[in-house]
Amino acid sequence: MRRLVLALLLALPLPLAAQDTEGRLGEEIVLGLSADEVAITVTFDGSDLLVFGAIRRSAPPPATPAEIVLVVSGPLVPVTVRRAERVAGIWMNTDAAHVDLAPSFYAVSTSGPLPEVLSAVENQRHSVTVPRAIRSVGNRIEGADTFVEALIRIREAEGLYRIEEGAVDFEEETLFSASVGLPANLTEGNYDIRIYLTRDRRVVDWYEATIGVQRVGIERWLYNLSIQAPPLYGLLALAIAALAGWTASAAARYLRR
Amino acid sequence: MQLYLPIAEVSVNAFLLLGLGGLVGLLSGMFGVGGGFLITPLLFFIGIPPAVAVATSANQIVASSVSGVLAHLKRRTVDIPMGLVLLAGGLIGSTLGIWVFNLFRSMGQVDLIVKLSYVLFLGTVGGLMFVESLRAILRSRRAGPRPQRVRHNRLHALPLKVKFRASGLYISVFPPLAVGMLVGVMGAVMGVGGGFLMVPAMIYLLQMPTKVVIGTSLFQILFLSAYTTMMHAITNQTVDLVLALILILGGVIGAQVGTTIGARMKAENLRVMLALIVLAVCFQLALSLVWTPSELYSIDPVEAT
Repeated sequence: MRRLVLALLLALPLPLAAQDTEGRLGEEIVLGLSADEVAITVTFDGSDLLVFGAIRRSAPPPATPAEIVLVVSGPLVPVTVRRAERVAGIWMNTDAAHVDLAPSFYAVSTSGPLPEVLSAVENQRHSVTVPRAIRSVGNRIEGADTFVEALIRIREAEGLYRIEEGAVDFEEETLFSASVGLPANLTEGNYDIRIYLTRDRRVVDWYEATIGVQRVGIERWLYNLSIQAPPLYGLLALAIAALAGWTASAAARYLRR
Repeated sequence: MQLYLPIAEVSVNAFLLLGLGGLVGLLSGMFGVGGGFLITPLLFFIGIPPAVAVATSANQIVASSVSGVLAHLKRRTVDIPMGLVLLAGGLIGSTLGIWVFNLFRSMGQVDLIVKLSYVLFLGTVGGLMFVESLRAILRSRRAGPRPQRVRHNRLHALPLKVKFRASGLYISVFPPLAVGMLVGVMGAVMGVGGGFLMVPAMIYLLQMPTKVVIGTSLFQILFLSAYTTMMHAITNQTVDLVLALILILGGVIGAQVGTTIGARMKAENLRVMLALIVLAVCFQLALSLVWTPSELYSIDPVEAT
């Protein structure tokens, strides 16, 4: 697996007084993006996203330890969740629920066990974990809660939703880094990266960034053609198929002689 | 070697796909079936989204049947007028079938309908073929003169009679038109070429000689799946060229080997083998309908409109 390094770089300390914000306890996450794109090539089989940055302080840190929560969220897409039931001896879909916004990918990495890092109230306020993010305000969900639970369960089993506690390296309460494995079946779109700095289980500061995931080269060309000129794409598909078939039979005839 | 498929948006092993294409090509060459009834479920199984699997296998079938049709044309085992009549029915049926497919998809019952149709048709066709071809083998073992089949049934006496020289038939165009239409509907609903349905229908219903059946059905499948590919590319954008290319590569090689094997084998033996494969797929699907699934819920992506 190729290692894709997305460096959220540590910015050098700036004049401190100007950066102090009230209510943030004088602590701030400072980052810069050195890469803002994941390229999907023909041989793409997933990659590791390496995220790192630092905390800048205007005053010495309080006694309670600080923690980091990192969220990587894929594009939000609507899905239908269906439930099967046995009808006359045969399993068939009987009920369905519609979820307006379900992330295609969602990874939460923390610097410690989640309950010790983030309180339930803060989790809800910032929509951090998957169940919270999916049930957040603005998402229209029809049907019973068991459907949402099933959606999360299935995607967790597929490795698309996950929580990795302790996966964030947090040194001296200043430097942090984490590696998030992106699966091979990545959906194209904008991926949100959210980093929360917490203290005493409460969010002190957060930072948001976006990286684009998109196809490049022949992948991009084919995809664009299929959307922008479908008849041409269809004819190209047929031409390739016919040519391949004809070439093969010609080659076979030649070999038999 | 892993390959990322641009339309399906999944990464799969290239050699797995190559092998899959080869297996299906082999069957295509040997029996004159498009192989869609095998490749579509196999693609589901390795994680290709159903809509992409159905559309792309149509494109793959074009390639594997081109080489088959060319091989059969060379041996003059294609009844072209008969193929055209079957095709005309097929185009009507396919258009109808796509409408039915979309209806069931909006109801969330596509999986069930597809599986049920598979079980029903594969079971019936496979069972009939198996019994009939076993009888044929037993007859030829006894070395007695082969009794003539009943030549004409009432269907053949309908109006608009046409002479199909290569098949040695003088029958109404309606039975082949109906067969073609049925195949078109099944093809669109089940995502298959429909050869497994057409071959027995041609043998038992139209009573065409086995030798021209395979070439003629491939001929119809070629143009019908080309039509289906275009329909899918234009309406759903679900044809994956990279996926198709790998399957085709494996398929064309398999088809050549298959045609050679098919030409050397006795027709009755070929039919028993095809019947067994059809029954095996049928059994596996029937089991999946009755067996309690480990996960009762499933996720359906909603297409952006």
